[in-house]
Amino acid sequence: MTVLVIAEHDNSNLKSSTLNTITAAKKLSDDIHLIILGSNIEELANKSKVVHLLSKVITCDNEKLKNFLPELSAPLISNLAENYSHILAPASTFGKNLLPRVSALLDITQISDVIDIVSNDTFVRPIYAGNAISQVQTNQKINLLTIRPTSFEKSEDSGGDASIEEISFVDTDLKTIFINREVSKSDRPELGNAKIVVSGGRGLENSDNFKLLYELADKLNAAVGASRAAVDSGYIGNEYQVGQTGKMVAPELYIAVGISGAIQHLAGMKESKVIVAINKDLEAPIFNVADYGLSSDLFQAIPEIIKELDLLNQIES
Amino acid sequence: MKVLVAVKRVVDYKVQIRVKSDNSGVETQNVKMSVNPPDENAIEEAVKLKEQGLASETIAVSIGDEKSQDVLRTSMAMGVDRSILVKTQNTLEPLAVAKTLMKLIEKEKPDLVLMGKQAIDDDSNQTGQILSALLNWPQGCFISNLKIEGNKVSISREIDEGIENLETSLPAVLTCDLRLNTPRFASLPNIMKAKKKPLDIIDIDSLGIDTTPRIKTLKVIEPPKRKAGVMVSDVKELVKKLKYEAKVI
Repeated sequence: MTVLVIAEHDNSNLKSSTLNTITAAKKLSDDIHLIILGSNIEELANKSKVVHLLSKVITCDNEKLKNFLPELSAPLISNLAENYSHILAPASTFGKNLLPRVSALLDITQISDVIDIVSNDTFVRPIYAGNAISQVQTNQKINLLTIRPTSFEKSEDSGGDASIEEISFVDTDLKTIFINREVSKSDRPELGNAKIVVSGGRGLENSDNFKLLYELADKLNAAVGASRAAVDSGYIGNEYQVGQTGKMVAPELYIAVGISGAIQHLAGMKESKVIVAINKDLEAPIFNVADYGLSSDLFQAIPEIIKELDLLNQIES
Repeated sequence: MKVLVAVKRVVDYKVQIRVKSDNSGVETQNVKMSVNPPDENAIEEAVKLKEQGLASETIAVSIGDEKSQDVLRTSMAMGVDRSILVKTQNTLEPLAVAKTLMKLIEKEKPDLVLMGKQAIDDDSNQTGQILSALLNWPQGCFISNLKIEGNKVSISREIDEGIENLETSLPAVLTCDLRLNTPRFASLPNIMKAKKKPLDIIDIDSLGIDTTPRIKTLKVIEPPKRKAGVMVSDVKELVKKLKYEAKVI
């Protein structure tokens, strides 16, 4: 029984979601292959072969694969499928965009957003924005799973010694042209992977006020997140949205600032270890999931927290 | 250009759902049901294309029991021209939904298929992608912007890193993000008018597709509850607790 993991990467580095997915694969088999589809990925393949737990790295290196268009990637994966008992991809926008196409080509029903693996054919996944947890079983000859990265630890990215096998590119008649990707550059930790997340909602009132949150985030070496309301209002970009239709996060500490806590937002963050809610509305549902609640005006509270953190740092140094 | 919109009837997004006591699923009896929210964005976009003179006809399709007529009437009250209900008592997996839609597409021959990026009940986020692959049409998922000029389709997709811009051509399958547009409310006169718009009902068995479930639900349970937290009186106490009690900063 061999498991294939589809790598999410940027042509030079694996995304951490790939490492989480490899850990999930380990629950199924000791024989794990990683497939990297991309452009100029020789160096990436060499970096990947030392990832712990992998026995083989399969690469397909072609200029056309540079932008991860699923119309091109899906047939390359389905062509290899019969060698595998399970094919896994991260449940990121990358994996969600790609794996259902493989499902169509193989005529196999995919299981989305797996948070636990009970056995080789039984999986656990959240439904209804995580308000119910479903345990499902399938007896299809290949299991297609997208894996929720926050539900599995990252595998070590060293210590392994996998072989590398290159497969040849098969072209697909493609009507889509990639134009560009608008990616915000930030030195802060990646939202899906950060130890601390500082998240802002409509209570921030405008994009300028988000600077206050950035300042707090930088003090804590935290990632910044946002509620859908804040993104819809244009305070911050969509890539920061936490929730049912945004990103799932599960940091050690989640600080929700000016977020009321709609079910859809809670879906994306309630697995966090410690939750802090700061909101002047005591009735806000966010307080129901918070370990520590502070009913206060955020515009007073946040600068005070920053000051307290500075004091702590002074004491320590 | 003919536009087909796929619409699902789901438990309303504001309802706090309840897991059935026998753990067989989620209670959907006597619960407020509505159009799946991102499907509303798909409807809105289709209606806008018609208003802009780009779409010649808009058709809404739903798959479900008799009650799914509700969401089709809502679609027509928002401005869709006509609708089709594919009747079934069973819950279909995304693969079976896509195959069902494909049958209708063979018959109706739309140039554009729009639907929500995911249904908020099952949260699978698969149907549009599967349909695109089955039809061998271009795929545009999680779109927050759409521009159609002649045969050319320009889209912005919301991805984890930000926005991805693509250019493709009709026919295409596009799945809509909540930020694509703001769905309109159906006015009372339009709700009345929608009652007279055509709604065809066809039985799923007449389509000759295999919709047998491939996945068995063993049990549905409630998620673990978080233990009750505490309110702190001020920032000093909060920072102290985070530092010395929770030890997370």
